[in-house]
Amino acid sequence: MKLHKLSLYEAKEGLDKKEFSAKELVTSTFSRINEVDEKINAFISVDEETAISKAEEIDDNRAKGEKLPPYAGVPVAIKDNMCTDGIKTTCASKILENFVPPFDATVVKMLRDTGFIMVGKTNLDEFAMGSSTENSAFFTTKNPWDLNKVPGGSSGGSAASVASAEVPLALGSDTGGSIRQPAAFCGVVGFKPTYGRVSRYGLVAFASSFDQIGPFARNVKDVALSMNVISGHDEMDSTSADIDAPDFTKSLDKGVNGMKIGIPEEYFQLGVKSEIKNVVKNAINTIDDQGAMVEDISLPTTEYALTSYYLISPAEASSNLARFDGVRYGTRLSDENLKSLYYETRSQGFGEEVKRRIMLGNYALSSGYYDDYYLKGLKVRTLIKREFEDIFGKYDVLMAPTTPTLPFNIGEQIDDPATMYLNDICTVPVNLAGLPAISVPCGFVEGNPVGIQIIGKPFDEAKVLQVASELEKTLNLGQKIPGES
Amino acid sequence: MKVDKDIVRHVADLGRLYVKDEDVDAFAEQLGEVLKWADKLQELDLDGVEPTAHALDMKNVFRNDERRESLSTEKALENAPDKEDGYFKVPRIIEE
Repeated sequence: MKLHKLSLYEAKEGLDKKEFSAKELVTSTFSRINEVDEKINAFISVDEETAISKAEEIDDNRAKGEKLPPYAGVPVAIKDNMCTDGIKTTCASKILENFVPPFDATVVKMLRDTGFIMVGKTNLDEFAMGSSTENSAFFTTKNPWDLNKVPGGSSGGSAASVASAEVPLALGSDTGGSIRQPAAFCGVVGFKPTYGRVSRYGLVAFASSFDQIGPFARNVKDVALSMNVISGHDEMDSTSADIDAPDFTKSLDKGVNGMKIGIPEEYFQLGVKSEIKNVVKNAINTIDDQGAMVEDISLPTTEYALTSYYLISPAEASSNLARFDGVRYGTRLSDENLKSLYYETRSQGFGEEVKRRIMLGNYALSSGYYDDYYLKGLKVRTLIKREFEDIFGKYDVLMAPTTPTLPFNIGEQIDDPATMYLNDICTVPVNLAGLPAISVPCGFVEGNPVGIQIIGKPFDEAKVLQVASELEKTLNLGQKIPGES
Repeated sequence: MKVDKDIVRHVADLGRLYVKDEDVDAFAEQLGEVLKWADKLQELDLDGVEPTAHALDMKNVFRNDERRESLSTEKALENAPDKEDGYFKVPRIIEE
């Protein structure tokens, strides 16, 4: 049996039934990584020694009949912008190349406490700024379905690691689509929970009012199970919501009969390609056939969402990234005087895209431009939030494309930031309003995966997962792994 | 909005960034492209619309003011590029 192919719940069942040991499972993970990661480049670092010794410890405890945490021995990968105690956390940036956090992010701790074994840290666009992982200071991750194409971003390493069956579960972060877009490009399920549902403590901040951690897996049930692990209030994150999380697996088999689903027409304009529209519409028809009430709706402010996002998020980033000054942690690149310490460290430590966003943010915030740019961005955000609130008075969920295009070639958009930003056009409205949204594979076009997005009300992740689960069942695409029939 | 070289240098400076002479034009063009979209916002009537800085409506989150364990000085300094006697060390700031 090829253990690396097992999904999260299959791996857990096998371990519980003692069909294989934790060591066998984790060993299969590293064999798989050794076999494919040379080509995919999903991982920035792996920690084989610790992982294997953790697995041995779990096997010993199991043999002794001790009570084990629920996921004891299941491998997981973490995007390299979440702090891991004693393990390098680089944000794919030169400025943090040698940063070893002295603490675990809350989500990392929650995974460890429930028995997951962290096998490595995955690649991303530097500080999560990008849609292709090409902005990583180290290397570009490849799309497992076509090595000439990007895996999406910024959580491209996490998406690719799950798609290529290196791990059954990986965490990513989504600021403007950084979980959903790479999930769509890599043909896996990627979920951005409601803002505040999952603690951000220990996630290196990009744009604090948007950033949200969420899971990648190869099926909806695994996503629901992992959400049960990472959700909940955390007093270490003052923006974490003090709302109890339900058991997210409870709604999965309820079907969609009688559910009201809105299809926002604007998400099929905005430069969305016809091949994407066709596959997505086909998926929507499938759900319609299962007894849901599907209706076309309009969210007219959608066309301003991208602009609002690209004024507010760089503004927040320029402020958040001020902490990288070469004083307390990270690389220091001059010691001559304080001015050169700051300027040399930051100018050589940050890549082009990060600098561009800092400059853009400074522009939007600076005197004389604040009212016309930053403040207008925030006001548009209000309109978008209100529009969603109104529509969710009538509908349970919305369905739309995740991306406007199929995965593009490596190098195709990297010199044209404005074009690259257009990748986020279907995903950013959700971040502006703090809503939960999932991307589920809904078909292929010439071998390239296409994702559909399901958007829900704040803290109603259960309904999003319910529709996602039904869609997965009726489309019955199977959990395909690239390169294997 | 047209972004000229002086603006690029100004916003870079605010972020403590140098921009090489040969890169200024490219940055000006790229920032200009994105800010061109922003001009589209001017067509919206936003009078009386409250700004939303945060998706969740939460304010003043406090915890109890109790002593608890935190990072040791040693741990907090582990990643420091330069340190001395339990402090972060930087080049001299005040001229002699």
